[in-house]
Amino acid sequence: MTAPVLEAHGLVKRYGSVTAINGADFELRPAEVLAVIGDNGAGKSSLIKALAGAVVPDAGQILMDGQPVVFHNTRDARAQGIETVYQDLAVIPALDIATNVFLGRELKRKGILGSVFRRLDMPEMRTQAAGHLADLKIGIKSVTQAVETLSGGQRQGVAVVRSAAFGRRVIIMDEPTAALGVRESGMVVDLIRQIRDRGIPVVLISHDMPHVFEVADRIHVHRLGKRAAVVRPTERSMSDVVALMTGAAEPTDVERSGGS
Amino acid sequence: MSGPADPTMPKAPARQRFDLAGILRQPLLGPLAALIIAIIVFSLITDTFLRPQNLSLILQQSVVIGILAVGQTMIILTGGIDLSIGAIAVLGTIVMAKTADASGPVTALLVALIICALIGSVNGGLVTALKLPPFIVTLGTFTIIYSATQLLAGSATYPVDKGPLTFLGNTIKIGGFTTTYGVVAMILVYVFAWYALSQTAGGRHVYAVGGSPEASRLAGIKSGRVLMSVYLLAGIIAAIGAWAALGRIPNADPNAYQNANLETITAVVIGGTSLFGGRGGVLGTLVGTLIVGVLRNGLTQAGVDNLYQNIATGVLVILAVTLDQLARRRSQ
Repeated sequence: MTAPVLEAHGLVKRYGSVTAINGADFELRPAEVLAVIGDNGAGKSSLIKALAGAVVPDAGQILMDGQPVVFHNTRDARAQGIETVYQDLAVIPALDIATNVFLGRELKRKGILGSVFRRLDMPEMRTQAAGHLADLKIGIKSVTQAVETLSGGQRQGVAVVRSAAFGRRVIIMDEPTAALGVRESGMVVDLIRQIRDRGIPVVLISHDMPHVFEVADRIHVHRLGKRAAVVRPTERSMSDVVALMTGAAEPTDVERSGGS
Repeated sequence: MSGPADPTMPKAPARQRFDLAGILRQPLLGPLAALIIAIIVFSLITDTFLRPQNLSLILQQSVVIGILAVGQTMIILTGGIDLSIGAIAVLGTIVMAKTADASGPVTALLVALIICALIGSVNGGLVTALKLPPFIVTLGTFTIIYSATQLLAGSATYPVDKGPLTFLGNTIKIGGFTTTYGVVAMILVYVFAWYALSQTAGGRHVYAVGGSPEASRLAGIKSGRVLMSVYLLAGIIAAIGAWAALGRIPNADPNAYQNANLETITAVVIGGTSLFGGRGGVLGTLVGTLIVGVLRNGLTQAGVDNLYQNIATGVLVILAVTLDQLARRRSQ
């Protein structure tokens, strides 16, 4: 078995008397889509934030490729190649697509224009952004158009492209289809598959069981602040998984220990 | 649309029909058209409007508000507003005049620049560190600065000597067209601001913070730093405006430019920059400043009363904000 790209052991996070993460384990393998599901308040968002560097756990260990890492903030996680797509369409509507893709990581001109005059290299950013859009088969004509001229699915596409462009190791998607219609959700599910097919593992947090079963290779079921089971969608039905999620059913020993 | 939607279909085919909302969204086109129409109308109804001396006068009359409006534009782009920018400039003129008597004009310029920059930083600090609404912060600092200026001036005005302090009032001939260094300075301030806002990462972050603070944060932009630099720059620009004001009238008057804050906001809004932040730019503000200048000058030439000019400006402001609202609604 290949080593996990990203794993966590015994993560704990307390807010006063509330324990959001209660000794959670996590394991993401190369080139897979791992869905993370759990009831509201199960602590899956805290777990994901810890992996993305947005929350610093009180105890436990995070490893990348078997090496321990510590994330003090999201910048640390990004530096390791972990990118996160947030559910609320984190793009700037009035700015063009290329600017949005490179927001916060702009490319500057070579030479004195860049170093002294700090001039942006817009042509290069447009070329690269168009390349990334084409890679993921997002049919947008021009990267100079404002994001607000796009549909909700295309906007989410831009957010996904941004993470795919810079997420060298892991891409985390937090409810990427929650704000979208049926057809547009389908586009995002396609994007997730394409990213996985390029060899980059995806962590998908979602409430949408049909999507989870459509795209996930494995499903991490989170319950009461920790991992309750990891199951394969080929071996379990949707109602089985919901039962595991709510505690109505018990996982097998293999599933409880992190799956096969 | 009939038939089942295909989830893998990337996008609807682009429509090639006439798109009014798209044209309204072109930020510079509307104001530019208004400016050209105003120029044509006034050249038809008056004999004097198109004379080079008159056009030069319009530019000179626009210099102070035009410069201050650059700082106002940057702040409005972040979603803020600056009610104190005129008061900072007036304080700047008094500081320049009083310091020049004791320490000479060059020191006076530097001292005023530092004081204006400091006040800009105070505005920025209150907005970023205490997270207070910019409207309230600058309403407070406006009142404080205005009164402090009156105390400093002791209800007197201070004439300044010809020299470095009035340099921006000196005339310069460019290809037979006589103008002042103040006009040149205004254009330089616009060029600088245009470059910074559209060609540098920092400038794009100004738009990003104004467009969506949350998305900017998630993209790793330090919005506090962006806001601080914008308010600091507005203070520095106020100092340049103060210098230009002494060039225009070499007499520092604590009661001058009392409506400069509102006039700059007027120029910014007419120029198509959104009061909600994140869209617009300084080129629009330059056009907006010129629209107000042309309107006032043209109506004066046509013998229209000053009060009617104010009414016309007010109507323009409401029209500009209406267009902005419509464009926003269409984009959501």
